[in-house]
Amino acid sequence: MSEGERKRPDEREDDVSAASAGEQRTGALEDGVSAVNIGERRSGAPEDGGSAVSAGEKRTEAPEAGAAATGAGTSRPEAAETAADGARTEPAAPARRKETEEEKAARRKAALEAREAAKAAKAAAAAQDAAAQAGSPGAAQAGPQAASPGAASAGPAGAAAETNEPPPKPPSPNQPRLDRAVQLLRELVADDAVESASINEANDHLPTLVVRKERWLQAAKLFRSHEELNANYLRNVTGVDYETHMEVVYHLLSLDSGHNYAIKVRTDRDRPSVPSVTPVWETANWNEREIYDLLGIDFPGHPDLRRIMMPDDWEGHPLRKDYVPLDPEV
Amino acid sequence: MCVIRTEELLLNVGPQHPSTHGVFRIIVKLDGEIITEATPVMGYLHRGTEKLAESLNYTQIIPYTDRMDYVSAMTNNYVLVHAVEKMMGLTVPERAEFLRLIVMELQRIASHLVWWGTYLLDIGALSPFLYAFNDRERILQLFNELCGARLTYNYMRVGGVKWDAPEGWIDKVKAFVKSMYGKLDDYHALVSGNEIFLSRIKGVGAYDAETAIAYGLSGANLRSTGVKWDLRKNEPYSLYDRFEFDVPVGRNGDCYDRYVVRMEEIRQSLRILEQALEQFPPEGETMGKVPRVIRPPAGEIYVRIESPRGEIGCYIVSTGKAEPYRLKFRRPSFVNLQILPKLLVGESMTNLVTILGGIDIVLGEVDC
Repeated sequence: MSEGERKRPDEREDDVSAASAGEQRTGALEDGVSAVNIGERRSGAPEDGGSAVSAGEKRTEAPEAGAAATGAGTSRPEAAETAADGARTEPAAPARRKETEEEKAARRKAALEAREAAKAAKAAAAAQDAAAQAGSPGAAQAGPQAASPGAASAGPAGAAAETNEPPPKPPSPNQPRLDRAVQLLRELVADDAVESASINEANDHLPTLVVRKERWLQAAKLFRSHEELNANYLRNVTGVDYETHMEVVYHLLSLDSGHNYAIKVRTDRDRPSVPSVTPVWETANWNEREIYDLLGIDFPGHPDLRRIMMPDDWEGHPLRKDYVPLDPEV
Repeated sequence: MCVIRTEELLLNVGPQHPSTHGVFRIIVKLDGEIITEATPVMGYLHRGTEKLAESLNYTQIIPYTDRMDYVSAMTNNYVLVHAVEKMMGLTVPERAEFLRLIVMELQRIASHLVWWGTYLLDIGALSPFLYAFNDRERILQLFNELCGARLTYNYMRVGGVKWDAPEGWIDKVKAFVKSMYGKLDDYHALVSGNEIFLSRIKGVGAYDAETAIAYGLSGANLRSTGVKWDLRKNEPYSLYDRFEFDVPVGRNGDCYDRYVVRMEEIRQSLRILEQALEQFPPEGETMGKVPRVIRPPAGEIYVRIESPRGEIGCYIVSTGKAEPYRLKFRRPSFVNLQILPKLLVGESMTNLVTILGGIDIVLGEVDC
C-alpha cells in the first residue's frame, strides 16, 4: 500500500507541474551556457557534476574572499587566489590566468555592466533594495574598494568571486555581524583562527564561519562568554563526511539577542579529531558521542566518549560514505 | 547484636518497561532507595534514518520522518518539506499552508494529550489516560479523514500537502476545538488540583534556566524555567506570525511547571486553531508549482520548528542531486533527555519515573 501511495504523488505532480518542469529544464541548460543570469548556487550544481566536495568548497570559499576584501578589510591573497580558481570554472572566462590584474578588473567590470543591461528589470528591483540598505556600513565599504585601483589583487578578485551572483546585490543584513565575529576571533583567539567566513543566504543569511581546528576550543569559549556574541545555546551539532575531509557543524544561538551563527570545523579523514566543546556547552556531550559513533570522529576532551546508538562491539561507523555493512542483506 | 551489611545496588530499568515510554534503558546505582548514579542506554530503536535518507529522494524520506517522533508525525513532516522548500525557494499555496498549520496544531494537542495521559499513568492515576486517549482519538479520526492514516500520515509534500480537506472537515475541526476548551477545563478539575498529584510533582526534578540553556533543552523543558523561547514566536515560520497566542512560561523549572506549561500550550493551540479556521481560505490550490524531480541547489540549510517536544531541526547538505548528501535531524527528545542523569542523582527511585515522564520523550525520536 505504501508503494502505491508513494507512486501516486509523482503522477499527480507530473500533471500539475509539467509546464514548470519544462521551465526548470531550460533553466538548467542555461546554467551550463551562461552563469550570467543565474544565481551562484544554481550554477554551481551542474558544473561540479558528481563532485560533492568541490560544490561545498566553492560555495564557502567564494563569498569568503568577498568578506575578506570588502568586509573585514584584511587583504588575504591566498583566499583571493582560491576564489579566482573557483570562479574560473565559469565558461565565459577561459584564459583568465594570463591577464594582468588590471585587465581582469576591467573585464569583470565590463561583464558586470553587460549583465546589468541584460537584466534591467531585475536590476531595478534590486536597486531599490540597495537603496533601502545603502546606510549599512558594508555597502559603503564595498563601493570604493572595488573601484579603487589601489586595492590591487584582493579587491577585484573579491569582486570576481561574486560575479556568479546577480550584480547590484546589497550586502547581507548580517554581514556586519559576521565581520564583527571574525574580527573578535582574530583579535582575541588567534590571527589564523578563522579559515573563511561567509553568509549562507538561503538559510536566512546565516553567518557561517570556518574555524581552524586547533583554535576551536578557544573560539567556542569566546562565542559562549563574549558579551557581544553571547552564543549561550548550542542548537545542533552535525558531522558530515565530505569524502576528502570531515566537517563538524555547530549551530549556535544567542537566546538574548536571537542571533544565529554556524561554525564549521574541518578535520582530515584518516584520523578525524575535533576538540570537544562539552566543557563549554553541556549539550554537546551526546551530540559528540553520536558523531563519534556514526562517523568515527574523535573528540579529545570529551568526558565519556562511547558509542551511543550502535552496540558497543559494532565495527565501523555507519554514516561514513565508504561504510560497508557486515551483512549486505540487512 | 549484628551490624546490617549494606552495599550498593545496581538496578537495571528497561528497555522493556512501561514507564520508559518505549525501549529506553537506564542503569541506576542505588544507595538504599536513593539514586547515586544513572547511566542511560539508548539505540534500541536506532534505524539509521539519516543513513537511509542518503539513498532516497526527498519525497521518499517523508514517510521516514513519520516514524521518528510517531506521536507528532505532522511536525516532522513539516520540518523536512520546509527545509527543502526553503532551499529551492518554493512558495506554498496559502490553502496548503493553512492546512499544514491546522494539522500541526491539532498534532500538538494530540501529543500533549498522550503525554498528559501517560504521565499520570506513570504517577499512578489510571483514569485520566482514558479521557486523554478518548479526545486524542477524535483528533486521529480527523487526520484519518484528511489523509487516511491515524499515526504515520505522510501528509505533507514539498510544495504543499497531499490531500485537500474533504468537505465538511473544517467544520468538524471547528466543533472539536469548541468542545476541547471544555474538556481542558474538565482535565484541570480532574487532576490539576489533586493533592497527591501535586505532592508527587511539585519541586521534583527542578533545574534553573542557566542549566536548561547549557543542556540545550527546548520546548516546555526550557520554558518551565522562565525562558520565554518559542520558535513560533521568536523565529516565526509558516503562518504563525498572523495569529495571536501567548507563550506560557514557568518559574521553578520543576515537573509541576512543565505540567502547567504543557497544559496551557493546549489552550494556546486551541486559540491558534480558532483563528486559523476562521481565516481558512475557502478555496485554492493545495500543491504549488514544483519541479517533477526535486533537486535542491547545492548548499546547506538548517531549519527548525517548534515541535510539541521542543526544537526539531533539519540540516540538509545538498549537492544538487535528488538525494541529500547528508541529512541530519536535531531531535528534541534526544537533546532533552541528556539532562536526565544529572536530575536523577540524589532522587529516590520513585521520582525516576516522575522526572523521566516530565521530560516527555519519544524513543523513536531519541534513537532516530
